[in-house]
Amino acid sequence: MTSSIEGVDDRVMAILVTHERPPKASPMSATITHLWRGIMAFKHFPAQLIDIILLPAIFLLLFTYLFGGAFAGSPHQYLQFFLPGIAVQSVILMTVYTGTAINTDINKGVFDRFRTLPFWQPAAIAGNLVGDVLRYLIALTMTIGMGLALGFRPGGGILGVLAAVAVLIVFAFSVSWIFAAIGVVASVPERVSGTSMIVIYPLLFMSNIFVRPETMPSWMQVLVKVNPLSHAATASRTLMHGTAGFWDVMWALITSALITVVFAPLAVRLYRNKNTR
Amino acid sequence: MSSPPTLAIETSGLRKLFGQTAAVDGVDLQVPPGVVYSVLGPNGAGKSTLIRMLATLLRPDGGKATVFGHDVVRESDAVRRRISVTGQYASVDDALSGLENLVLMGRLQGYTWPRARERAAELMDAFGLTHAAGRLVSTYSGGMRRRLDIAASIVVSPDLLFLDEPTTGLDPRSRNQVWDIVRALLAGGTTILLTTQYLDEADELADRIAVVDQGKVIAEGTTDELKASVGQVALHVRLRDPGQRDKAEELLTQELGAPVHLEGDPAELSARVEDNSRVLQALGALTRASIEPAEFSVTRPSLDEVFLTLTGHKADDQSAGEAGEENAA
Ligand SMILES: Nc1ncnc2c1ncn2[C@@H]1O[C@H](COP(=O)(O)OP(=O)(O)O)[C@@H](O)[C@H]1O
Ligand SMILES: [Mg+2]
Repeated sequence: MTSSIEGVDDRVMAILVTHERPPKASPMSATITHLWRGIMAFKHFPAQLIDIILLPAIFLLLFTYLFGGAFAGSPHQYLQFFLPGIAVQSVILMTVYTGTAINTDINKGVFDRFRTLPFWQPAAIAGNLVGDVLRYLIALTMTIGMGLALGFRPGGGILGVLAAVAVLIVFAFSVSWIFAAIGVVASVPERVSGTSMIVIYPLLFMSNIFVRPETMPSWMQVLVKVNPLSHAATASRTLMHGTAGFWDVMWALITSALITVVFAPLAVRLYRNKNTR
Repeated sequence: MSSPPTLAIETSGLRKLFGQTAAVDGVDLQVPPGVVYSVLGPNGAGKSTLIRMLATLLRPDGGKATVFGHDVVRESDAVRRRISVTGQYASVDDALSGLENLVLMGRLQGYTWPRARERAAELMDAFGLTHAAGRLVSTYSGGMRRRLDIAASIVVSPDLLFLDEPTTGLDPRSRNQVWDIVRALLAGGTTILLTTQYLDEADELADRIAVVDQGKVIAEGTTDELKASVGQVALHVRLRDPGQRDKAEELLTQELGAPVHLEGDPAELSARVEDNSRVLQALGALTRASIEPAEFSVTRPSLDEVFLTLTGHKADDQSAGEAGEENAA
């Protein structure tokens, strides 16, 4: 190619135009690439870690030492009950990030660029969600580590704790599909977190995370019982303490499966059909 | 090759409504491959909406559009394999470095990790961004972002590249860099559809121009055809002796049959003429009356003048209004 263009030499010309046509990225490789993107972004903004660490820490200390005595006789007693519950909260609060991240992409136009690329489109969402699993792991490690330091003694031992972590991650993964869907339809990222908190906080408090439902009025007990977060907390608690029956765990898994079956296709569908400005 | 090559873009009656407003209102376009085609129009004319439909990002409400023969709605995957888009607002990821952005694009286009990294580094170099390769894009200047954005669009060379107002808001140097990139891509065989609000940009780069206003194509053709379609030449005369200007004005008015303007310079006059042949007569008449022009020029109208004639308003009339709205919002 001759370079008749001012300011652009042959070497640059040769780079600008390539005749390579790489084969279409596989769904797996596209998902891994999106996961990599999330990790890189995280690497550039480690300040996000503060959110992940601070929020569970504050709740853990606050509830254990402020209400522990009143709720369970002593902070130490309460911690044994409360820690597996607050672990649920730690991951659930992280699931909102999935929605804000997707919404930011859509608003910034990154989404438009992705949509004109020939890869399997749900990878953009799936990669995000898988990346969030890393966040959940960090949040759980922090929460449980801090609990152990404060005197939490899980009767189920290390295996029990690991099993609880696994169930909580499956559960959070399913819930993050809900926020992925909200992230696609919301107008701005602030909306995503705003809306989510309105939903999440009542659900957190109307569950068995903080107190045993036995002291509540019976209509409230019904609500607590059907609350998906209660299923997750029950599984977490019984697994960590080594008292889990089959259904204690199954309910959490069934709930996760149901949420995923409804919201994963919904989120992907909304994403694919999204027409931005 | 006897059969005509497939058009890069062909649309007929293409429409897009937003509520009551027709953002694109029955557009017919034919863009041959291997050219820079410019869609020229003021803010709000429908340029971005048109590009978004052609790039499969927005579903048309009426009409038909094909890209290299593939329907943009029914065969969007086939279209996506041939095109790339650089939107009006840079669509790069602020939370990544420049290099990482290009690696990401390479991977999503199907490159292996090593090849994606290599290609990203090559492009950063070609676009003069190597010094900022590891920096977060959020720290980039407008010109750097724009170049990165275009680089992201050509990680795999597209057959057709859409550039939506690629130089709006750039300083002259960055603007020239973008122009060089456009010319280089064209030389490499990429067809380019470029929207702009700047007449000089269309004039500079485009082989053909469609002038759009309020969702409609109001004129189409090569730069020369557009200028000729306005049907006027401008005669500009500068006299040796400013004292002869009144006399010259009288003579020219008579010979040209058109109003003559007295310019700010006391030795200059100008006029717009429908008919070229009268210009020679008029100049002859001046010479016979011993009025000697120091210099004269016959020019065809600038695209600015073409636009004004076609639309009845200046190209940047509305952009001033839009800027006001943005401030209010
Ligand atoms: N998503 C949208 N919703 C409503 N109106 C829109 C939308 N996008 C564009 N418009 C309107 O359509 C018209 C054309 O817009 P656009 O294509 O952005 O013009 P241009 O790119 O030429 O400035 C404008 O009147 C604009 O306000
Ligand atoms: Mg626009």
